[in-house]
Amino acid sequence: MTTARTHGTLRRIFDYSARADPYPLYAELRQNPVAVHEDAGYVVSTYHEITDLLHDPRLSSDVRNLSRPMPALEEGVTTAFIKKDPPEHDRLRRMAMRHFGPPHTPGLVAGMEGDLTSTVNSLIDDFAGKERIDVVDDFACRLPVTVTCHLLGVPREDERRFHRWVNDIMNSVDYDPETDPKERLDKGVQARKDLRRHLGGLVEQRHGRPGDGLLARLANDDGPDGRMTDAEIAATAKLLLIAGHETIVNLIANGMLTLLRHPQVLRRLRHQPDLVVPLVEELLRYEPPVHIVPWRAAYSDITVADTVIPKGSQIMLMLASGNRDPNRFHDPDRFDPDRRDNQHLGFGSGIHSCFGAALARRETQIALTELVRRLDRPRLVADPPPYRPSPVLRGPVHLDVEQGGD
Amino acid sequence: MTSAGTPRAFKRDGRVVVVGASLAGLRAAEALRAEGFTGSLTMIGDELGEPYDRPPLSKQVLTGWVRAGGTTLPRRRGLDAEWLLGVPAGGLDLATKHVRLADGRCVPFDRVLIATGVRARPWSVESEAALDGVFVVRTREHAESLRRALAAGPSRVLIIGAGFTGCEIASACRERGLPVTVAELAAAPLTGALGAVIGDVAADLQRTHGVDLRCGVEVTRLEGDARGRFRRAHFGDGGTVDADVAVVALGSIRNTEWLRGSGLAAGVWGVACDTGCRALDVSGRATEDVFAAGDVARCPHPLYEDRLISLEHWANAVEQAEVAAHNMVSAEADRRPCLSIPVFWSIQFGVNIKSVGVPTFADEVVVTQGSVDDHRFVAAYGCRGRVTAAVSFDSAKWLHHYRRLIETAAPFPPRCPMPDQPADARPVPVGLPGPGLLAQGATAVVTGRTRVSAASGPCTGTGGRRAG
Ligand SMILES: Cc1cc2nc3c(=O)[nH]c(=O)nc-3n(C[C@H](O)[C@H](O)[C@H](O)COP(=O)(O)OP(=O)(O)OC[C@H]3O[C@@H](n4cnc5c(N)ncnc54)[C@H](O)[C@@H]3O)c2cc1C
Ligand code: HEM
Repeated sequence: MTTARTHGTLRRIFDYSARADPYPLYAELRQNPVAVHEDAGYVVSTYHEITDLLHDPRLSSDVRNLSRPMPALEEGVTTAFIKKDPPEHDRLRRMAMRHFGPPHTPGLVAGMEGDLTSTVNSLIDDFAGKERIDVVDDFACRLPVTVTCHLLGVPREDERRFHRWVNDIMNSVDYDPETDPKERLDKGVQARKDLRRHLGGLVEQRHGRPGDGLLARLANDDGPDGRMTDAEIAATAKLLLIAGHETIVNLIANGMLTLLRHPQVLRRLRHQPDLVVPLVEELLRYEPPVHIVPWRAAYSDITVADTVIPKGSQIMLMLASGNRDPNRFHDPDRFDPDRRDNQHLGFGSGIHSCFGAALARRETQIALTELVRRLDRPRLVADPPPYRPSPVLRGPVHLDVEQGGD
Repeated sequence: MTSAGTPRAFKRDGRVVVVGASLAGLRAAEALRAEGFTGSLTMIGDELGEPYDRPPLSKQVLTGWVRAGGTTLPRRRGLDAEWLLGVPAGGLDLATKHVRLADGRCVPFDRVLIATGVRARPWSVESEAALDGVFVVRTREHAESLRRALAAGPSRVLIIGAGFTGCEIASACRERGLPVTVAELAAAPLTGALGAVIGDVAADLQRTHGVDLRCGVEVTRLEGDARGRFRRAHFGDGGTVDADVAVVALGSIRNTEWLRGSGLAAGVWGVACDTGCRALDVSGRATEDVFAAGDVARCPHPLYEDRLISLEHWANAVEQAEVAAHNMVSAEADRRPCLSIPVFWSIQFGVNIKSVGVPTFADEVVVTQGSVDDHRFVAAYGCRGRVTAAVSFDSAKWLHHYRRLIETAAPFPPRCPMPDQPADARPVPVGLPGPGLLAQGATAVVTGRTRVSAASGPCTGTGGRRAG
């Protein structure tokens, strides 16, 4: 089960030099579906084993069930449902979903389409004439926070501050004490505090004033599960802002990059806009924004692929590797937007599977469709582009593209 | 077989006849074409119109969300088939390879698929069944007439039988705000399918939603007024209920009468098959050219001691149709068995109920996750120390795990601590009704390679009946 080689493989995956193309290393890793690693715990890399574990009720998302606890970023703060187990997780997710999707709020995402299209197009307007643009900084990074703010019902004049907070938080997530200035971490801690306090204030103002945004609805709704506390609402809103930011940025950037690497698909998309639906699914398989679920805790002993994972162990799930598992996907290293039976792990699976999936899909579909429609003969400036440090939320830090000219 | 000498020749210009043009029949026909079958394809069905889907008939159609005519099954590809609709098949002659239609026409075949499904078991007294206001639900015409009766605002609806169909109809009535009485012979709803323990949860669900639920009672007589309209039902204990609408939801009867004398092992329990959906003859041998799929078929499942199991499950009809189609056009070595774990779902009183495995193949049950009081939980079923099924109420995302437990014959009860485990998670007897209640006309049919036995003991394999 564990060999020195898989050990080395995981270390190489985490090394920055693998960021542009970790996939050959994932293939190496899959030779041992479950491998033990001194830092990462049990590393699971094959599709079926990952899927089984994501549906295994003996897995916990609550840090307190790890025998080797993780350092907490913030003490004594209400945790959002992504870090909770049932029944609390289910209750909070259900209460949030009441205002976000079917069956109670079926038309939400469809109702946002007009706003999404105009937000996307006003961003494109800003660089319409430029010869060189950065798809990440000029476009992708500006989109999700705006969209989530609209969803939450955050006043327009606050949006800039929200962008800054989310940015500072994301920058502190993969803080490396050896190379990064301590200031980066401090800024992140401060941003979390400020964001939470500000959201708390907004929630408070919305009591007794039902309105359209999610914050107002959560603050005033008495559903079958009762009402969230203000702290729970703020934690949920913060989760949506963060979980829905860098993921979308990465998917858009990975999407443009992949299209520019497959010009015939790009051409097809321009003439056949419906292709964007299966294309985004294939992107979520082929170049997913979330490569790794960094940890789950084994709540009791669990046997996976003949390996016993003892209670309290840390389990790391290599989603992007599962997406390239030849035992699940035919010709997995081929980007094929016409692929059928594409049950990828891009949004995870099981009870924690992405809450924002419907919105994320639509947002990315519209973004890519409009970019492809409006960019004039786009060309990659550097291939591979530079990547962000994180092996977990993996994506380009810049994606320079030239357009127009002769 | 003339043109069908080799699999390749058969695929090119063989003649396939599908009897029963509904879910299993349509999906098999589509699968045949997808497998590259270019021969002639004839669809025989006694219902008129396009094949349609039945699950909405006891749910969204009755609440008015979906029109009865609006459940046409999506077509996945052109079929290039000849449709003989509106006339039932009356006989099957294996010697001359003909399907005989009730109007006397004969349709020759090289291979035939039996997909005639089941029909609703009618109220046993014909004159009472004929009263205005007495309904069954199996076809879209049934559903449309019942919907109209419900829309007219009856003073009360009586539902006889609390299997899945009866419960779903009760739920639709409550959604319309109609007073509902449900009468059930067993001690609780869904007992025949899920056992008394989960049945008690279903009972609580109904009462919470304002259903007047009467269990352990037998409806003995339906009384009409002078104009032939249903008015009152009499119970075995002497009680009565006044209502304008009665829905008879007493399970189903397999459409096998037309196979009488054909030499196939077909009877009240369905058409016996091997795992590859080939029909067995009366001596238990698999036939070469006759296949069966869907509600009418009973197939052995290796995970359930190779017992013949009839399943009235949507997903089972689709899977068997695809397997039967594949095997029809494949050489022996390429044929494949139907081995997936059965799944079933129902929606009632706002709760999504889903099962994997065969809950009637069990002696014990244990609630493993969640809370029975909140009507949100998973229960695992076990037979002689291994997991054989699981049922979820509003917790379907966990069933993948239980499917794996079933596939690997994991020990029962599953003994692992997990978050959200009920404090008193102890296995209890599953409480399935004995053969007396369950088996209407249970007889041993065939023996042979697949062991066939009458319902007996706690682990009889009569899974998933929708009978009340
Ligand atoms: C009201 C209702 C609700 C349901 N809800 C669910 C649910 O929630 N979940 C689930 O998993 N399943 C559900 N089911 C079951 C599911 O619909 C069936 O499993 C499925 O319809 C089986 O398909 P089939 O093609 O085998 O049989 P059928 O759909 O019964 O089709 C058989 C066809 O053959 C025709 N036929 C019969 N005899 C002859 C003959 N001699 N000649 C020619 N044609 C003939 C019949 O008229 C019919 O058209 C429900 C069923 C009903 C009725
Ligand atoms: C392309 C974009 C996105 C991707 C690839 C993505 C991916 C994921 C993945 C893999 C998970 C599972 C995490 C785990 O199992 O621990 C997840 C969870 C989650 N995502 Fe997303 N996500 C995206 C966009 C969004 C958006 C836009 C939102 C909010 C509007 C969102 C909100 C959430 C939340 C709240 C969870 C936690 C769910 C739970 O624990 O029940 N995501 N996402």
